[in-house]
Amino acid sequence: MSDLTIQLLTEPATGDRERLDALHAALVDRASAESSLHATYRVVDSPVGALLLAATEDGVVRVAFEVEDHDRVLESLGAAIGSRILRGGHRLDLLARELDDYFAGRRHVFDVPLDLRLARGFRLTVLRHLSEIPYGSTESYGEVAVASGNPRAVRAVGSACATNPLPIVVPCHRVLRSDGSLGGYLGGLPAKERLLALERAA
Amino acid sequence: MLQPFEQAVTEHGAVVLRVCRAVVGPTEADDAWSETFLSALRAWPDLPDDANVRAWLVTIAHRKAIDVARAGARHAVPVGEVPDATAPRGDQPEEALPDADLWQAVAALPEKQRLCVAYHHVAGLPHPEVARIVGGTPAAARRAAADGIARLRTTYAPDGRVSLHV
Repeated sequence: MSDLTIQLLTEPATGDRERLDALHAALVDRASAESSLHATYRVVDSPVGALLLAATEDGVVRVAFEVEDHDRVLESLGAAIGSRILRGGHRLDLLARELDDYFAGRRHVFDVPLDLRLARGFRLTVLRHLSEIPYGSTESYGEVAVASGNPRAVRAVGSACATNPLPIVVPCHRVLRSDGSLGGYLGGLPAKERLLALERAA
Repeated sequence: MLQPFEQAVTEHGAVVLRVCRAVVGPTEADDAWSETFLSALRAWPDLPDDANVRAWLVTIAHRKAIDVARAGARHAVPVGEVPDATAPRGDQPEEALPDADLWQAVAALPEKQRLCVAYHHVAGLPHPEVARIVGGTPAAARRAAADGIARLRTTYAPDGRVSLHV
């Protein structure tokens, strides 16, 4: 009896989980309404593994593969843009649907607003150009360097791709070595191969 | 804090909800929880990285519980008016809560005992931390928590009934 009273005080009651989920959802709604949040996020399944999607009020700010470690990605996102970050909300529903359509071969272009604040300078220039490479086609790192206004910055194009905060949506997977080999990919080469195969098939 | 706020909700949300139930009762607990986390969210980036997050949240909950309790008193239904059937009153905890009797027994404790039981036993904070929140010495906080638990043992029967004859 002695410890039972204390135990009852600390034990979660049945139904607490559902109640907390409802309170959490209401918190996201209220915080969004008063613009308190730096970002919201959700995790979706995809043929290239679980994808973390994060958005600010301005648009989608981060897409991350599982191999990037979602916890670490969220931590560095908190450090970079602010830590008032909550899971949930509806800001990413549209991107989640567009990704489903993309992986089903029904969608070739993403038209959600993007927030490119995590990229700066030449890397940002490269990312803007990447979005112009059409679905199903590829360019070499050298061609991207030329198109980005700095033909000798081939290695810098490589690091811009490797640090792309919005993979898949900003299609760095469409950049290959000049000999046609894959080069690198932040989501792992099997993921890059899979995305290229998907786009070839459509 | 550079950690996403989500982590604070995931790690401490359940405990803070129980603390709110102990302090303001099951009916007002959801409101107190919401006000606590909304306020904590706003202040989160300014919290030092080595802060004790749970103690910080409980401190905010303590202040918000006072606000919520005051608002509840202001909005009390005047005599003669028919209460809203969907809004349970503080003295009639919602049926849905399986441990409603326990919270009713906690609600019946003297305030200092109730707060010290909530912050020490429910939230798991050490007595000096509890004393910092409720005022007084750590020894007094320890005594109030012990007295509160002793009283709960006589007023609350774990089979679900509250003894009314204390």
